[in-house]
Amino acid sequence: MKLTLKIWRQGGEFGKGKFETYQMNNANEHMSFLEMLDVLNDQLISEKKTPVAFEHDCREGICGTCSMVINGQPHGPLKGTTTCQLHMRHFKDGDTIVIEPFRAQAFPVIRDLVVDRSAFDRIIQAGGYISVSTGQAQDANAIPIEKDVAARAFDAAACIGCGACVAACPNASAMLFTSAKVTHLAMLPQGQVESHKRVKAMVAQMDEEGFGMCSNYGACEAECPKEISVSNIALLNREYLNANLSRTDF
Amino acid sequence: MANILNGKVPPGSISDKWVQYKSTMNLVAPNNKRNIEVIVVGTGLAGASAAASLGELGYKVKCFTFHDSPRRAHSIAAQGGINAAKNYRNDGDSVHRLFYDTIKGGDYRSREANVHRLAEVSVNIIDQAVAQGVPFAREYGGLLDNRSFGGVQVSRTFYARGQTGQQLLIGAYQALSRQISLGSVEMYNRHEMLDLVIVDGKARGIIARNLINGKLERFAAHAVVVATGGYGNVFYLSTNAMNSNVTAAWKTVKRGALMANPSFTQIHPTCIPVSGDYQSKLTLMSESLRNDGRVWVPKKLEDAKAIREGRKKANDIAEEDRDYFLERRYPAFGNLVPRDVASRAAKTECDKGHGVSPTGLAVFMDFASAIHRYGKSKAHNQGMHNPDEATIVKLGEEVIAEKYGNLFDIYNKITGDNPYKTPMKIYPAVHYTMGGVWVDYNLETNIPGLFVIGEANFSDHGANRLGASALMQGLADGYFVLPYTIGQFLANDIRTPKIDPNQPAFDAAEENVRKQIEHFLSVKGSQSVESFHRRLGRIIWDYCGMSRSEEGLKKARKMLRELREEFYRDVYVPGSNNEYNPELEKAIRVADFFELGEVMIVDALHRNESCGGHFREEYQTEEGEALRNDADYAFVAAWEYKGWDQDPVLHVEPLHFEAVELKTRSYK
Repeated sequence: MKLTLKIWRQGGEFGKGKFETYQMNNANEHMSFLEMLDVLNDQLISEKKTPVAFEHDCREGICGTCSMVINGQPHGPLKGTTTCQLHMRHFKDGDTIVIEPFRAQAFPVIRDLVVDRSAFDRIIQAGGYISVSTGQAQDANAIPIEKDVAARAFDAAACIGCGACVAACPNASAMLFTSAKVTHLAMLPQGQVESHKRVKAMVAQMDEEGFGMCSNYGACEAECPKEISVSNIALLNREYLNANLSRTDF
Repeated sequence: MANILNGKVPPGSISDKWVQYKSTMNLVAPNNKRNIEVIVVGTGLAGASAAASLGELGYKVKCFTFHDSPRRAHSIAAQGGINAAKNYRNDGDSVHRLFYDTIKGGDYRSREANVHRLAEVSVNIIDQAVAQGVPFAREYGGLLDNRSFGGVQVSRTFYARGQTGQQLLIGAYQALSRQISLGSVEMYNRHEMLDLVIVDGKARGIIARNLINGKLERFAAHAVVVATGGYGNVFYLSTNAMNSNVTAAWKTVKRGALMANPSFTQIHPTCIPVSGDYQSKLTLMSESLRNDGRVWVPKKLEDAKAIREGRKKANDIAEEDRDYFLERRYPAFGNLVPRDVASRAAKTECDKGHGVSPTGLAVFMDFASAIHRYGKSKAHNQGMHNPDEATIVKLGEEVIAEKYGNLFDIYNKITGDNPYKTPMKIYPAVHYTMGGVWVDYNLETNIPGLFVIGEANFSDHGANRLGASALMQGLADGYFVLPYTIGQFLANDIRTPKIDPNQPAFDAAEENVRKQIEHFLSVKGSQSVESFHRRLGRIIWDYCGMSRSEEGLKKARKMLRELREEFYRDVYVPGSNNEYNPELEKAIRVADFFELGEVMIVDALHRNESCGGHFREEYQTEEGEALRNDADYAFVAAWEYKGWDQDPVLHVEPLHFEAVELKTRSYK
């Protein structure tokens, strides 16, 4: 396969950022997208040029590290698939591929395609947990949880924290990410106790980080590699309203 | 005889040891805990759970990860499940049975007392995880579901679809996040530990490189906990994440800790086979698939050849022409034999010419009979008494999709084949390392104040780890063992003031790191770090992989030494130190893999027996099974690193078996 790659370069000799064009003549359809970039970097290194910085780790679609926008879509064209699980058989010989970082005010670019997503960690730190210290737990089967309810919690908990939802959203909103955690914990009896406090704190942190508002475009769900549903956002809104209408001052 | 190590196993009967020991341990009072600092390096299951638990106890914790977030560590990729001796199935499970299975599965090369403790706390882990909100699989009655894994005859594996590691890690990450928000844990993302600092014989700090700007930073504490995972990437191709490495653990070895049983590496039988030389990593297909997948190759060599050349497909091979070799060789455990046994059997078939991929290195894993069985059962359940074949298959595929859907999707994405319709092709790949830094019963190394937990230590899995036990060990160490045992050390340190990072030991360590970085940047050779790593991996895989021989190992050691010399002479690392520079990070890691790789080879050469994942061709039975030598090798081999110019020095911890009888492992 021969490809033309237009890749966003930023930092170092590329300063504030620009697209650079690279010719790739030795890709093949069995490669993953990141392996194709490995080959490009090998080529750049052999020419003593600076390789393209991109983040990746597990290459199994689960760690959430890889983050790039491919032809305008976070994680590229394949539905429900992270960049690392995208294979070149989904592209054609002679294609031009445009590769950019996830773009959002709350995700500043560190280098080329690498962005800082620590805002997500701070949203979780604001309340995305159940306050149970080691050793405090009762027997695991003491509270039965309906199979479908556990499955619903799981569906939300499957979020990998990659940030594609933010990159996809015209408002760079983090509502899908935040709502996935709110839903995961709100579905479970163990998460009920802190549910009001949690949703208020997480939403406040989300706003503080500079993420935009949700205006129901639904691009987040469409681009989410784990196909997290926007119905989580509806549940977050319900939890948020509920929390704000409930008395907490007794 | 070599130097003898003391594992500091407490007295008492095997089932009472831990309980008695726990209740007589030194404690650190809450007012003192506030003044004691602990460094935790790594945020996988072991590191995150340890940092969170130590924070909860009131210690001042500094926690480090080279990732952009503590939620990314490779524990997240564990698919199948986590073992616990809950006996919720009423199928005869118990703490003793989990202990026994783990000792036997490890081919009698682990420390009894540690393994028993692991089995004891396994039940607490499930309780803790459920309380944190981990959404384990449940039955219709709302109670927790289980499945079976290799090497056992009970169902004790708890799971969350095919993403158990992810859900457990998110649970630990959330517990850690809570402590970060409370201020008891200070989190340092994108920081990589590059040296250990020892002051007056005790581990008192680390040197870490800030991966954003390259700055070397000093961190001091009363104790250091290393939880940085295994070294499987020494093979280059493995199921580990791309950035998994041995560096932090190896730096402790270079400072005097011991590397125990480094040749004990686990080759997992069911991975997606290698497809090309650009390949960057291998992907595991969970062992849970062997609950329902039947492993086979064509009986006739000409059929195998036809499949390799694309003239025939799996479904063209008649039932009687298929060799279900695991069921044939090991009728008692069938497809669920332990990983080392299954991997070697697959290699044997491929070596004989029965392999089914173009490279000849793959066997089939077939779900057709499971689809049929489940389909019939579901049809019956829905009141259909004479369902047609198409209905049975449709219903059966639904059941399979519910159980393994995400794994089938991964397989389909990577290979382009549909595993519901045609058998998967699988081949063994490096997956886990049982060897690791030597620790005593307290999980403390021979350097006082340095603790190593999770996959990074050697302690619980002997020569072979059973499925669904890595998650169990990581969380056992982090939640339920280290938070107690670290008190044994820290209780004697309550009068030690805050450690000053501006003292000579820190200066020297920082200078050591700086020199190494400067060297790599100054070589300006012609070959990439990656190319050296690939070649190193190939040497280790060919000679210190699934089977090893004295001749091969000796040759490999020579090849490795030559390649390392070339690496230091001709590597090209672009860029500078003062920036985000992944190539520099890789160079430092590959340098450590070279040194570790040599010690692995030395260890494999020294161990003149076959056990678990260590298969020496010279030591096998007539049937090709591993031939263990308990008279001469029932010990832990822990190596002291003396630098590149000297051979490593052997230290030995004899293994005493009191609660189980040493037996030849049989799954027949």
